[in-house]
Amino acid sequence: MKLTLWTYEGPPHVGAMRVATGMKGLHYVLHAPQGDTYADLLFTMIERRDHRPPVTYTTFQARDLGADTAGLFKTACKDAVERFAPEALIVGASCTAELIQDDPGGLADSMALGIPVIPLDLPSYQRKEGFGTDETFLQIVRHLAKPVARTAQITANLIGPTALGFRHRDDITELTRLLAEMGVGVNVVAPMGARPSDIARLGAAHFNVLMYPEHAESAARWLETTFKQPFTKIVPIGVGATHDFLAEVARITGLPVKADTSRLRLPWWTRSVDSTYLTGKRVFLFGDGTHVAAAARIAREEMGFDVAGLGCFNREMARPIRQLAKDYGVEALISDDYLEVEAAIAALQPELILGTQMERHIGKRLGIPCAVISAPVHVQDFPARYSPQMGWEGANVIFDTWVHPLVMGLEEHLLHMFRDDFEFHDEAGASHHGGAHKPRVDTPAQTAEPETPMMNAEPVASTEAPAPQTGEMVWLSDAEKELKKIPFFVRGKARRNTENYALGKGVTAISVETLYEAKAHYAR
Amino acid sequence: MNAPLPARGCSTTPVLKERGQREVFCGLTGIIWLHRKMQDAFFLVVGSRTCAHLLQSAAGVMIFAEPRFGTAILEEKDLAGLVDAQTELDREVARLLSRRPDIRQLFLVGSCPSEVIKLDLQRAAERMNAAHAPHVRVMNYSGSGIETTFTQGEDACLAAMVPALAPTQTRELLLVGALPDVVEDQALALLSAMGIQNVRCLPARRSSDAPEVGPNTVFALVQPFLGDTHAALTRRGARHIPAPFPFGAEGTTEWLRAIAKEFAVPEALFDQVIAAPRARAEKAIAAVTETLSGKTVFFFPDSQLEIPLARFLTRECGMRAIEVGTPFLHRDLMAPELALLAEGPTLSEGQDVDLQLARARAARPDLTVCGLGLANPLEAEGLATKWAIELVFTPVHFYEQAGDLAALFARPLRRRALLAPLAPAMEAAE
Repeated sequence: MKLTLWTYEGPPHVGAMRVATGMKGLHYVLHAPQGDTYADLLFTMIERRDHRPPVTYTTFQARDLGADTAGLFKTACKDAVERFAPEALIVGASCTAELIQDDPGGLADSMALGIPVIPLDLPSYQRKEGFGTDETFLQIVRHLAKPVARTAQITANLIGPTALGFRHRDDITELTRLLAEMGVGVNVVAPMGARPSDIARLGAAHFNVLMYPEHAESAARWLETTFKQPFTKIVPIGVGATHDFLAEVARITGLPVKADTSRLRLPWWTRSVDSTYLTGKRVFLFGDGTHVAAAARIAREEMGFDVAGLGCFNREMARPIRQLAKDYGVEALISDDYLEVEAAIAALQPELILGTQMERHIGKRLGIPCAVISAPVHVQDFPARYSPQMGWEGANVIFDTWVHPLVMGLEEHLLHMFRDDFEFHDEAGASHHGGAHKPRVDTPAQTAEPETPMMNAEPVASTEAPAPQTGEMVWLSDAEKELKKIPFFVRGKARRNTENYALGKGVTAISVETLYEAKAHYAR
Repeated sequence: MNAPLPARGCSTTPVLKERGQREVFCGLTGIIWLHRKMQDAFFLVVGSRTCAHLLQSAAGVMIFAEPRFGTAILEEKDLAGLVDAQTELDREVARLLSRRPDIRQLFLVGSCPSEVIKLDLQRAAERMNAAHAPHVRVMNYSGSGIETTFTQGEDACLAAMVPALAPTQTRELLLVGALPDVVEDQALALLSAMGIQNVRCLPARRSSDAPEVGPNTVFALVQPFLGDTHAALTRRGARHIPAPFPFGAEGTTEWLRAIAKEFAVPEALFDQVIAAPRARAEKAIAAVTETLSGKTVFFFPDSQLEIPLARFLTRECGMRAIEVGTPFLHRDLMAPELALLAEGPTLSEGQDVDLQLARARAARPDLTVCGLGLANPLEAEGLATKWAIELVFTPVHFYEQAGDLAALFARPLRRRALLAPLAPAMEAAE
């Protein structure tokens, strides 16, 4: 038993719903009690879908438990097939139905429904949403993909995008364009947009582009073994990764690399002088393994950031993320406990968080800017405009997204120049963000923590709000006052550096002198 | 401005009972507003990852912090009997309470999986009470989907609190049902102005203010879904004051009148107290009625508020109800409402969502009140919708909110009228 307050992933049957909802002509009969239908609103509200997810819930109640829940399941299957006329059915159990052991697969099989029935075995008490997407897609592919002749033109399948994915919709468009420039066609995109009949012809492609290992790696491996289709290992998020991806496609297909980088702006934007202020910004990365790995490379090589820490919530990616962390000289945080993530961020005091919607809220509480790079998603992560993460346009989008939460470059210089100015002071916040102008209030020097979390909607709940790790160290009041003159977006770093420096020197009372000695020590 | 009483009303209208797929929340959802109301309470769901995910999805991220609710997620080893789930639960609770000294009431909330494996939370609560009293009182109820629909979770929670209330012989009025504090204060002010003293609320904002109950207690329900709580209070000797529910000017007036009669408030005083707020409510409703009048409304079952709201919309806002669906129809509590609701609409209880959708599509109501899972799909089919959950999360009771309540229904219609029509090509694309 484990106490959970907020979760990064839903149960595995929600993963199966993401696959089913992404597809067309497929229906999911889910043996589940009333209430599990809440999952529909994830799709209709967060993703603004204009159709109900293709899911029929058996909706059993307490009084059914002693009676015939298996009968309910069979009725639901029969009704779903008649009403929605799907090309194939996936059947499975949610957490509660797993306990009553009705065997949805066996029941549906015995019914001669006249369409392929794909049973799902998703252990709700061991696995999570990511496993649910991967396993469901694997089972669909295993049951439906047939040996077929390769297409005359060199083609690829794009596999992995699902409903409720982080920018999956636009990544498909961007990748299709990248491949077209190389002369590679797209055979099937799946699960997103595919019908069961499209899954049947997956084998016609010459190779698979594995867009999101979280959702389709098992299927990619099965297709490799069964149809001898190689799959790409590089996820083209970022400029460097996109170049490497195209080189990988060239290796697989024997085609020369062709890339139209005329619409790529990140390299110049990051080299223009305004971007100097990005140099060495300490960032903390957290999300699903794939997006974190891609973001780490972009952060270091393409933005000139300093990766202060990284981690992922999906244990399936623990190994590669630990390896990656080693390359970056940091300790990987593999956890789905947001309190642990919050503690890590509070201890590291990064200048920018690249995380999920969960870290965005942690950032609000700690007063640290955050840009979202990964699922779990929020209605904000489905913008009306085209905004992929992959390919050239993805790199442009990422540059804008990551820089936006920061105070702008020139503004940062001005704040340094006019620090402590009566009108132009840091607590007014970044000028391109909303919120009223706050006149500066001169507080007595001994006031302890100036950085109150801005959006702490529940004051009683913040008992765990991490205190700065001062230990036995004391900030003398002059030093504390001086610290407050440092702009807020570097104040956390200054505090941490000073304390580290003092710790190293065995200093326990931090004075203004210590502060500036530390500043000189860490100068770069 | 009340409409005349209907000739027949819906008291004897046959009810269409349906069983099938239900597009509703389970009772766990009530935790979202109950934990805001009870400021020193923690709600610990004993359940699965699905329960945690539901709470997170229903709550959104509006109240993101270290919340006063959480889920003790059952794992494989709990189910396989490799560990004693009760011991595990003790450990998690002890850890939680040591980290949160501000918690004075802990609710162990049963879920579908905990009910199916018959994890005895009653026993757990008794054991924990022994360990953590008097600082923390531990109670238990079930919010599982196999037993409760959406607002029934609040009913189960309040019903579980009743046996623990201290006994009293004092003549007191108890207001039952969680209301936003601002609304509760308005109600208390109105009652106080009528000279009714000794008014207590269940649930109280803090455990130290918990009401007492006994044979001289009379109680009024502010929410229509509190059948089990009604029964539990009756068992303690308290007496219910039947009334329509305090939605709209008429509902509020009739609800207050029933209480005033019970306490023998002079009619002149009653009229004097309600005159100004009632006039304000009627004025606010009248402004909105321009949008609603003559329009048809179709309720999918959600919160059990449907019948009182249909009464409000038809009698005070000039709408016509086509179907009024409710997850559960409590005949006794609903009797005063059914008598007011004019005959005509189909009354349905339970749900087979696909059949009900077919009826809604055939009827093409001007406004469909439904859950979040159905709203966008119906909008895409050209039907204006009002998401039902907002009716539970928003202050809508009593005079000062009557206009807001009407406006919640009017806004989707006003929005449709404001937006330029879709280009023909776009409509065709859908």
